[in-house]
Amino acid sequence: MTDKNDIIAKLNEYITQEILKRPDKTLSADEPLISGGLIDSFSLVDLALFAEQTWGAGIDDTELNAQTFDTLDQLADLIAARAI
Amino acid sequence: MSTLVSTLTARAAEAPQRPALTFLERGGEQTITRGEFLRSAQAYSGRLAAAGLSAGDLVILVLQHSLDLVYAFWGAALIGAVPSIFPFLTEKLDPALYCQRVKTLVEHSGAKVVITYPKNFEPLSELLKELPVQILVTGAAPDSELLTSELSLRAEGVSSDAIALLQHSSGSTGLQKGVALSHRAVLRQVEAYGKAIQLDPASDVIVSWLPLYHDMGLIAGFVLPILTGTHLVLMSPFEWVRQPTSLLDAIGRYRGTLCWLPNFAYKLIARSLRPGAEFDLASWRGVINCSEPVYDESHQAFVEKLAPFGFSPDALAVSYAMAENTFAVTQTALGQPPRVDVVEIAALQERGEAIPATAGKRVVSCGAPIESVELAIFDGQRNPLPERRVGEIGLRSEFMLSGYYKRPDLSQQAITPDGWYLTGDMGYLADGELYISGRKKDLLIVGGKNIYPQDLEDIANRTAGVYPGRAVAFGVLDERLGSEKVVIICETTENADLAAAEQELRAKVVQETEVTVGDLRFVPRGWILKTSSGKHARTDNREKYLREFGG
Repeated sequence: MTDKNDIIAKLNEYITQEILKRPDKTLSADEPLISGGLIDSFSLVDLALFAEQTWGAGIDDTELNAQTFDTLDQLADLIAARAI
Repeated sequence: MSTLVSTLTARAAEAPQRPALTFLERGGEQTITRGEFLRSAQAYSGRLAAAGLSAGDLVILVLQHSLDLVYAFWGAALIGAVPSIFPFLTEKLDPALYCQRVKTLVEHSGAKVVITYPKNFEPLSELLKELPVQILVTGAAPDSELLTSELSLRAEGVSSDAIALLQHSSGSTGLQKGVALSHRAVLRQVEAYGKAIQLDPASDVIVSWLPLYHDMGLIAGFVLPILTGTHLVLMSPFEWVRQPTSLLDAIGRYRGTLCWLPNFAYKLIARSLRPGAEFDLASWRGVINCSEPVYDESHQAFVEKLAPFGFSPDALAVSYAMAENTFAVTQTALGQPPRVDVVEIAALQERGEAIPATAGKRVVSCGAPIESVELAIFDGQRNPLPERRVGEIGLRSEFMLSGYYKRPDLSQQAITPDGWYLTGDMGYLADGELYISGRKKDLLIVGGKNIYPQDLEDIANRTAGVYPGRAVAFGVLDERLGSEKVVIICETTENADLAAAEQELRAKVVQETEVTVGDLRFVPRGWILKTSSGKHARTDNREKYLREFGG
């Protein structure tokens, strides 16, 4: 079983280190990432690949938008439901 | 006398059944012949004529990426009116602010017609009710009867020196500078650039996902193929960014030969490739890097990932281009990779000298000037500099802008009395080729999109907790993206809620400019260096930022 809190922690680490390059920051689970201007469109592909490589959770390209996942919480739900 | 009107009409007459355009959307495709293309554009001409539009009148297209946009653009051009494509509304932008920007542009430009979707009719009518502008919506039945005779009459009246189209860059600063291009300029650019890339309309297929409101998408990815009769495969920029490898699918499926990409796209495509994917890229003879700084490392990442699918490094190419020159200024030779000049870093940065070295900074060539373009490198006193000395790039050509639309003040500043357009870019010439080394003007280029730092600083100054007038914005290379990232530094007021200020500022920047802040730093009072000129302040603060925060 993949624990949701564990997913959120790993996503937080990946985003703050690799995308924001600000390891000093911690994102809250309900913070809007895309509509809030934290993550740009060009990084969504990286996030989807990270989810696939880490949990085997496939995220379709059409889902890469703020309606599908705008917060760590929503993204973690999506990943938990599809994790292998 | 050649104009866009006569050229488009001639293309349809010489081969009405040949494909003009294949429009890809949501997995579907629609191929339109030259004859159908002209008829659909004429339907818009008819509606615009019925609305009382005359030659020289400005039409602003407030549409998304769609066939309506394509036809409305040429429909306006066919009656000698001046089309201008407004940047697209995306899910990130604030719709109310977007409409407000339309109003500002209509006011400043004196546009006679806005073409938009039925759903925008009411809000825009309300907003524009004081202005002498008509709003036409898509989907209404065309009045095709009055067309043919009236159109040919109107076409005869269009002079090749008349303004053919306007190009704007986005953002509140960019919208004030509409680059006006004559029919002559557009046609000469298409001719000269076609030679530079050895365009063969019979065999080349141009594939483009670039937005049509940007010079690279508008000229290279739209006007050039339509006017030369080269088959164009047009993709949606929104769909491409969500699935960057869809470009590779389209290249394989339509045997695409030519494509223009901003540097970040090379990296994005390379990062998006998943194991097991298959493509056929053998037809691709030119991938032209344009509109933001070019990095050899991005080219290498692209080649490494795509070589297994038949992509040849010989297809890599670079062009230096800008709306003020219609489009291309230079182009590297197709069929071989661009030269890479390795120069001493210290000499380049400290003395502005490009001294060849065995190891050092790798500067990618932008190629030689295309036909009719004259290049010069100027020092601060506007004296020409010899080869391998860095200065401001100046150009003269037969396809320079007629001026900034209704801004004689800006037009006069931009062009010297002896006809040079000073680009604001810094670079040097070596063996007849141009190398870009930096930028003098205050501009960020983020994912191929021009952003003015003053627009970002203005947003910061309006954010609760930021000390007004104590914010600075600039760009820093983000190697992962192969593009610049936005950095904003703000001094904050006493007891400011920093978390709230960060949220507000980041959200506002994305809603107003569509770009994402790459790094936001709150600093104590007195951190930001101030000088009399905003430009120096940005450069100095950028250096201080790189020293303290390491980029």
